[in-house]
Amino acid sequence: MNGRELVRFATHSALSHRLRSVLTALGIGIGVTAVVLLTSMGEGLHRYVLEQFTQFGTNIIGINPGRSTTFGASTGIFGSVRPLTIDDAEALKRVPFVLNTVPVVQGTASVEGGGRERSTNISGVGPEFQTAFDFRVALGTFLPADDPRAPRPLAVLGAKMRHELYGERSPLGELLRVGGERYRVIGVMEPKGQVLGFDLDDTVYIPAARALELYNRQGLFEIDVLYDKAVPADEVVAGIERMIIARHGGLDVTITTQQQMLDVLGSVLDIVTFAVAALGGISLLVGGVGIFTIMTIAVRERTAEIGLLRAIGAGRAQIRAIFLGESILLAGIGGAGGLLVGGLTVVLLGVAVPALPVGIALPYVVAAEAVAVLIGLAAGVVPAQRAAALDPVEALRAE
Amino acid sequence: MAMIRLEALGRTFEVGGQQVRALDQVDLTIEAGEYLSIMGPSGSGKSTLLNVLGLLDTPSVGAYWLDGVNTSTMGDDQLAATRQAQIGFVFQSFHLVPRMTAAENVELPMLLAGIGGAERRERAHRSLAGVGLADRADHRPAQLSGGERQRVAIARAIVMQPRLLLADEPTGNLDTGSGAEIVRIMETLNERGLTLIVVTHDLQIGERARRRLRLRDGRVVEDLRAAQA
Ligand SMILES: Nc1ncnc2c1ncn2[C@@H]1O[C@H](COP(=O)(O)OP(=O)(O)OP(=O)(O)O)[C@@H](O)[C@H]1O
Ligand SMILES: [Mg+2]
Repeated sequence: MNGRELVRFATHSALSHRLRSVLTALGIGIGVTAVVLLTSMGEGLHRYVLEQFTQFGTNIIGINPGRSTTFGASTGIFGSVRPLTIDDAEALKRVPFVLNTVPVVQGTASVEGGGRERSTNISGVGPEFQTAFDFRVALGTFLPADDPRAPRPLAVLGAKMRHELYGERSPLGELLRVGGERYRVIGVMEPKGQVLGFDLDDTVYIPAARALELYNRQGLFEIDVLYDKAVPADEVVAGIERMIIARHGGLDVTITTQQQMLDVLGSVLDIVTFAVAALGGISLLVGGVGIFTIMTIAVRERTAEIGLLRAIGAGRAQIRAIFLGESILLAGIGGAGGLLVGGLTVVLLGVAVPALPVGIALPYVVAAEAVAVLIGLAAGVVPAQRAAALDPVEALRAE
Repeated sequence: MAMIRLEALGRTFEVGGQQVRALDQVDLTIEAGEYLSIMGPSGSGKSTLLNVLGLLDTPSVGAYWLDGVNTSTMGDDQLAATRQAQIGFVFQSFHLVPRMTAAENVELPMLLAGIGGAERRERAHRSLAGVGLADRADHRPAQLSGGERQRVAIARAIVMQPRLLLADEPTGNLDTGSGAEIVRIMETLNERGLTLIVVTHDLQIGERARRRLRLRDGRVVEDLRAAQA
């Protein structure tokens, strides 16, 4: 008997108990569907989060005041922590391969303009912010390249902010009060949406030095460094470290490359996907128990047939192959059905609810089918072995 | 050289600590082409003898030479291969696979032997035609009469062109008419050279054989040869 004939034989006998075979295959099918669906959601979440993180590019390095090991609280215990200043940001521009640096100060403040008042996000940034983050201006211009230590009181509005204060009217040239200080509106940004809960459109952008004053702060929240993509991040980080040590007398900042962030995030999200796959795997296991049960019953029912096959020349290995083949077939077909249903559901979900982050996790899909077949194999081993071990005379007597 | 030679052959079963001698000190020589019937009371060891001859069962003591080969030296696979190539079985209860058509049942031994599809179909058709069932090839066992089922079983038993045909009460489940038909088919095969051994309770059928064996308590108590007709 060659492989094709074995498959035909197995199909034939599986079809002689149609309902039973379908139900057994269904057990595996549901398991595979579960794996496909759950991992798709895991994968979707994964992609969603990573997209959020990488939309500004991956060649960004963040510098925060204080030294911390990973993402924990900064520890300024050993020696004093010098504040990160606008001068630091300017100096860092001279580090090799650094294209740009953006000083960042964030907070909230009350904003008055167009006869209305709002409490909103304030981003104190440098003029490089717009090019560094590829954030376009819809109206007017972005903050100009003033003296970074004494910039003029100019402001740029996020798209939502502009609507809230001025409606459809052009706000260019209007006066705006931010925390009591007078600013002149010179631009409106294009809508950008939320990034990890922070609404970039519901924000007023002002020069970093002025934000420091507004909040009465010594130092920046962060300096973002944009570097040449072609250069390894390590090299740039080394340059930044040298510069900080030279200026601060020690390394009292935390430097985080985008790649480090992505790596940590990625591994967390991988664990999530793996965990949901394992959950689906449990239902696959239940399906395997179903196959084991049905194959055990089949061997008992077909004992006389096994005796006959032995009498007309089947060796033990052939009997084993016949029953293993049947068990793998049931699992394989169930698995394929599960892939189809799961895959279709994912596609339909994607069409029906575009906001839902789903994406087929192909390695898990392939693994699910492989595991289904392996489960068929494992579940079939004991019944097939039992069938092969039957004594032909005893088997022929059963009826 | 005799086709079959049994020497002091015994087969004992252990049932609840008790030894049951199903076959006891059987010496027997059968030549190729013989037509032999085995009779005897129930439990006398007829089926056990047939199973041993058919390599489905192995003797507890003694020796069985088939074509000069001591069968105790054969491994499981070799026994299966020998059954496949040399021995055909016909059972009282037909043993057809119910989900398969007559033709598919006849193809089964060839399928196991790895014979290709086209040749299988061709030979199954010829074998079925040989037992007069060419027009029933696509019927399932449930759609056939008892006599027809047994004819399918015979077609299956001879499709590999064995040298030995073993029938254990082949007419036991049949009425007299279809029983006679089955016997006639098997006798025709024997006339063409097939060695035929039939276990039966039916005296009329048993007496048709040229050589008649009678068993009692696992021993051969009578071995009659009819004068050549
Ligand atoms: N597997 C077995 N286990 C235990 N005892 C067995 C077994 N097979 C046969 N026997 C015993 O061996 C003896 C011979 O059995 P066998 O089936 O050969 O008889 P038989 O002549 O074919 O009888 P019948 O005409 O009723 O078919 C009987 O006593 C039976 O109980
Ligand atoms: Mg018997």
